[in-house]
Amino acid sequence: MNVPALLRRWWPALVLVVLVLLPYSALPLPGLLDGPIGSPGSLQLLALCLVFGALATGYDLLLGRTGLLSFGHALYFAAGTYATGLLLTQAGLNFWLAAALGLLAGLALAALLGSVSLRMTGIGFAMVTLAFAQAGSILVQRDPGGVTGGEEGLAATGLPASLVGIQHTANLYWIALAYLVVTLAAVQWAVRSPIGRVWEGIRENERRVEVLGLRPYGFKLVAFVLAGALAALGGVVYLLLTGGATPQTTTSDFTLSLLVMVVLGGSGTRWGPLVGGVLYTWAEHRLASLAGSGTIAGLPSVLRVPLSQPLFLLGVLFVIIVYALPGGVAGLPARLRIRAVSRGAQA
Amino acid sequence: MTSPLLGVRDLRVVVGGRHILHGVDLDVVAAGVTALLGRNGAGKTTTVRGILGLVPRSGSVRYDGDETVALTTHQIVRRGIGYVPEDRGVFAALTVAENLRLAERDPDPAYGLVHELFPELKQRARQAAGTLSGGQQQMVAIGRALLNRGNRLIIADEPTKGLAPRVVTEVAVALERAAQAVPILLVEQNLALVRRLADHCVVLADGRTAHAGPAADLLADAEKSRTLLGVGRRADVPKDLVGPESGGDH
Amino acid sequence: MSTVVLLGVTGLGLGALYFLVASGLSLIFGLMDVLNFAHGALLSVGAYATWWAASHSFGFPLALLFGTAVGTLAAVALELGLIRPLYRRPREQVLATVGVGLAVPALLSAIWGADARTFPVPAALAGTFTLLGASVPVNRLVLIGAALVVLLALRLFLGRTRHGLVVRAGVEDRAMVTALGIDVRRAFTLVFAIGGAAAALAGGLAGLYFGSVDPTQGSALLIFGFVVVVMGGLGSVGGAAVACVVVGLVQQFANYYSTAGLGDLSVVVMLAVLLLVRPSGLTGRLA
Repeated sequence: MNVPALLRRWWPALVLVVLVLLPYSALPLPGLLDGPIGSPGSLQLLALCLVFGALATGYDLLLGRTGLLSFGHALYFAAGTYATGLLLTQAGLNFWLAAALGLLAGLALAALLGSVSLRMTGIGFAMVTLAFAQAGSILVQRDPGGVTGGEEGLAATGLPASLVGIQHTANLYWIALAYLVVTLAAVQWAVRSPIGRVWEGIRENERRVEVLGLRPYGFKLVAFVLAGALAALGGVVYLLLTGGATPQTTTSDFTLSLLVMVVLGGSGTRWGPLVGGVLYTWAEHRLASLAGSGTIAGLPSVLRVPLSQPLFLLGVLFVIIVYALPGGVAGLPARLRIRAVSRGAQA
Repeated sequence: MTSPLLGVRDLRVVVGGRHILHGVDLDVVAAGVTALLGRNGAGKTTTVRGILGLVPRSGSVRYDGDETVALTTHQIVRRGIGYVPEDRGVFAALTVAENLRLAERDPDPAYGLVHELFPELKQRARQAAGTLSGGQQQMVAIGRALLNRGNRLIIADEPTKGLAPRVVTEVAVALERAAQAVPILLVEQNLALVRRLADHCVVLADGRTAHAGPAADLLADAEKSRTLLGVGRRADVPKDLVGPESGGDH
Repeated sequence: MSTVVLLGVTGLGLGALYFLVASGLSLIFGLMDVLNFAHGALLSVGAYATWWAASHSFGFPLALLFGTAVGTLAAVALELGLIRPLYRRPREQVLATVGVGLAVPALLSAIWGADARTFPVPAALAGTFTLLGASVPVNRLVLIGAALVVLLALRLFLGRTRHGLVVRAGVEDRAMVTALGIDVRRAFTLVFAIGGAAAALAGGLAGLYFGSVDPTQGSALLIFGFVVVVMGGLGSVGGAAVACVVVGLVQQFANYYSTAGLGDLSVVVMLAVLLLVRPSGLTGRLA
């Protein structure tokens, strides 16, 4: 095999090696990151990007692979975060045990609520998942018994020393990277399995799957539980990264931002949701720090006011993507290729 | 030969990646009933929906001399078409009177004719259409098509399907009466009704036009109608049965 | 007794807000299959426009009229500019409204700040009155009255006008309406205008009810609007009217007689249970 062919086959491995080695790099990326890549601030942001990239990839298991529009994905992410956090602060468990139980809690919740919600289809399903997630969000914010911290959020205690503090940011980064790899592998494996082919059938035409004698319900439940478990695992990683849990991750806006990431990157593609999640998270943080900087303060108010709100820019960008780039960022190369070919054909 | 009122050439419809129509040709002349026949799944209803722009389609559909394939459904219908859909398309939550009123386009709707043909509709004007029997719903559907004097074509898709024999007769009388004033494109499985009403016929098979000609000729030829309409054994359609109109250049 | 009366009237007032949000959502979804996530944004636009006008000594009724007009225009612009070009692509239409629903509150907080702004409540509506021994804030009556007027107007519009007839028929079968020679897209713009007007009115009244406006009010009310729409049966204004009373009352009483927050919780749980028992909602109609 020649070099380009090797590259085409093995570039994900190459990228992974580069990502693993990033904490050792002192390369500055002005404009993209505030400090050199290996600095704690940059690693923290990169780790968040990876977590949300993975989270969007897991969410797309429902949206892009099975055609299920869930408005309650935040619930399972928050279940992982809050269950682990509560087991640490209230029960005083060892972190790894608490994390395992937190993951199990998210999985069990997804199995329970999924088995109920999936009795509905289409918009009814979307509404029930929204209702359940909203119930969870209200619970966390109203703080019964004073355990969730309400609006303030929850600060995790009893974390292993090697995972706390600025000097250990690289460890957290590697954990985020590991979570991403696990998610990508799980999604890829599931999509290629026989179950994955049934999911594809359900997405294309649920009736036809029924005609083949298969009950879509069970297959959809597997997708829902797998996506829920991956989200809960992401919640545990997020707890480590931010040192606690915040009620913002329970809201429907959080689920909507996952939806935006997936559509931004390209729903139903292997790398699209990951790219979307990374871009969204990076843009949100960069725009927020840009808004606080002097670069924007000098602009006339017509420009300064909207630019100071990352969500405004992301919302507008999202609408533009929906219009101009239906396949998301991942569909961009193919679109350019088609355009080039058709232009060549015209000439 | 005078140009037909409705001329369809090479009509193609793709739904969800599947080709439903591969090239349908048909003409509706400016008088009488033209029957659209074929086995189940041959593409009759899709042809009608394609003509009306209810499904994405390509090819050519000329109505009254104008190309309509680029127009939207309401623009096509406003050129003077009354449509009686396969499932009757009656609005269940609306009353009979509201169903009819919704269809009004002319300044002077022909309520006299509709109530003469279907006196029940007048009695049940304030009843919700969803509570009517199938036959009464069909009367509402046909009534909507007859209401506009400006209609110069009526397209009726299996208007007698699932109806009691008494109601079939009533519907047949109404169509016969309507056909005196307006040409009709009639999709129909009931061959007795076709024999009674139709002057011309077009037969579809597998999404293509397989035959076109006088209705009486086809129905008189037992072998031919068995082959084309699938009464009895299934056979492939021989090439020489394709009518003279199809595939011709106009 | 006086507590029950106060809770009852407050619950109905809240229900009135939900109705104003839900009636438009329900019509839009029923007719167009678009779950309008920008509906909360329309409410916020109305709230800020009303607040702005009221703070510039317009007088409350005129300010409310101004806010409703701005919200209506915003809704029409949304339909013509973003929804109509995506006709026949319902999923993209929903996504576009999600984007607008994110961007508009962010823009509002960019211009007027993320914190709540005090709403200038006119003196005539700031007081209370006595009803069966309970001292009830006057603004609750304004809310209930406004919702009743909107309900009546919608019923007259839907039942007595040709446009209303087209909307009702379109909720049942959009394609058949076009097959009768009617341009159903004009009805789309119309229901967006109606929904935007009702949502913007709800925004202005929410300012009166809460005594302040903030950029997130819209999305918070939107969730309960969804609950009401689904409970009432998608596309049914009458169903929404019944459901909003149930939701408003249950929420108020449960919040008062148990720990705060349980009312909100019981409402969403109620929705989930109802959907599972009767998937088509209270009125048995699912568009």
